[in-house]
Amino acid sequence: MALTEGTANPRLYLQAQTRWRPIEIAFWLATLLPYALFPDYLSLASQIAIAGLFALSLDLILGYAGIVSLGHAAFFGIGAYTAGLVSKYGWGEPLTGLAIAAVAAGLIGYATSFVICRFRHLALIMLTLGFGLLLEELANSAGWLTGGVDGLQGIHTWKLFGYLPFDLYGRTAYAYALAVLFVLFVFARRLIHSPFGLSLRGIRENFVRMPAIGAPSRAHIRTIYTIAAAMAGIAGALLAQTTETVSLESLGFERSAEVVVMLVLGGAGRLYGGLVGVIVYMVARDQFSGIEPQYWYFWIGVLLVGVVTFLPNGILGGAAKLMSRRSRS
Amino acid sequence: MSPPALAARGLAKSFGSLVVASELEIELPKGVRYALIGPNGAGKTTLINLMTGMLRPDAGRILLDDVDITALPPEQRVQRGLVRTYQITSLFPHLTALESVTLAVCERSRAARAWWRQLAAHGHEIDEAYDVLCALKLDSVCHRLTRELAYGQQRLLEIALALATRPKVLLLDEPAAGVPREESKELFAAIAGLSHDITVLFIEHDMELVFRFASRVIVMVGGRVLVEGTAQEIASDPRVRAVYLGKAPTKELAELRHD
Repeated sequence: MALTEGTANPRLYLQAQTRWRPIEIAFWLATLLPYALFPDYLSLASQIAIAGLFALSLDLILGYAGIVSLGHAAFFGIGAYTAGLVSKYGWGEPLTGLAIAAVAAGLIGYATSFVICRFRHLALIMLTLGFGLLLEELANSAGWLTGGVDGLQGIHTWKLFGYLPFDLYGRTAYAYALAVLFVLFVFARRLIHSPFGLSLRGIRENFVRMPAIGAPSRAHIRTIYTIAAAMAGIAGALLAQTTETVSLESLGFERSAEVVVMLVLGGAGRLYGGLVGVIVYMVARDQFSGIEPQYWYFWIGVLLVGVVTFLPNGILGGAAKLMSRRSRS
Repeated sequence: MSPPALAARGLAKSFGSLVVASELEIELPKGVRYALIGPNGAGKTTLINLMTGMLRPDAGRILLDDVDITALPPEQRVQRGLVRTYQITSLFPHLTALESVTLAVCERSRAARAWWRQLAAHGHEIDEAYDVLCALKLDSVCHRLTRELAYGQQRLLEIALALATRPKVLLLDEPAAGVPREESKELFAAIAGLSHDITVLFIEHDMELVFRFASRVIVMVGGRVLVEGTAQEIASDPRVRAVYLGKAPTKELAELRHD
């Protein structure tokens, strides 16, 4: 794409950047392919959609506002347990379940954001990590509520809109997860292209400079942290509703670490980075664990080292570089 | 008489035993162009840090248009019109020049809180940012990433960011630091062209620029104001010559060497 210097109308220039590009439309159409090409893999596809939403929520804070979190699964888990408990105790309607989970995760996110907004970098990693571990142990010890290590059982998700049942093949589950992912993606995309989104990028680029242009950085961080927490909560709720079980793993450290890995793999701060990273990571894991059930983590390791060495800005970062090089030559 | 645009009353600050500001009294009348000069370590940048809230004073008060702002955090001082720039360029490397200035405009207009409306829908803010860039002759590079701009352009962008907040008082910390002489004259011409509703104080070492662009000068030494006056008064003040221009110490040094 050629850059026209000094475009007469700067409004049009900025507007053009927010327009949906053909490749984006192609991407979203391709998400429907599993129905035609891999009908046996629909449950993996819905796992990918859920993890994609989770990664997207992390991208909002890590990729855009530069808030490094190693405890983001806390909100995923809160959402999962909330949706699970609501369903277990008599209300299995999926959409309201999602909303309740979003509110619960958002509230906890808002409460913790007051601490989060005061720290940066390493301190933030320690803080989010500690908060995640704390919550995991709380869920473990509150076995009467969460089912402890056995997981939360007895969840029953009602039919979608009252007439679409969740089938064994995951047809409804994938459509449901994909639709929720798409709606929230459009929301996130709007948010990123708003003045608030610009402020988040400012915080990432130069946190110290922000107060000198009159920006209330901490208030911005509190807002985005709350939004990201609610989104992660919705992802967790989707998993609880589609699998009808919640395990401690859903808010564990491993999930927190994994989502960071998937986001960095795809490319942070690019909206699609999390989605691409999740697809590559989860398909690779599925294939490797099929070929080599014992040592598949070895190959995941090789994949990660390879990507980080050769594509420091993730898969999408590498692709963008390639594109700009080609357009220049 | 209207109150000063900005005033410091009995401002004091020390780091351990190192006194960087003591009993500082400063008054900037509205619309005046001030230069703040003094030898290295005199506390010039510290004064800006204290005024803008980047540092907390140990004692004293800061008044912006007669309102005590000593307790306000930096961003609220900016919102009230007290704005600074940095000696060491501090920008947003991966935002374009237009995005950076639009960011500052949106923060001022409170549009930055709106996360449900697209940036492109905030036409007024974008136009205003573009106008600021035009005024500083940065419009031709407005879609370039900040990190790709020439150094002189980055110095101008520092000022553009400050202007986008619509300052009443502008504190410029060596705006032409590291810029070649010819370019720094252009840069100061841009500063001189600012509206006279804005009170400007700039730190500068080049005396030619100081005497050309400042109507009044403050000389700081050792965390105190040594003398304040018009450019002519300062130029002919023997104390300034002695302390700031370094005549006395070199003479003494010369004498020492003769011994």
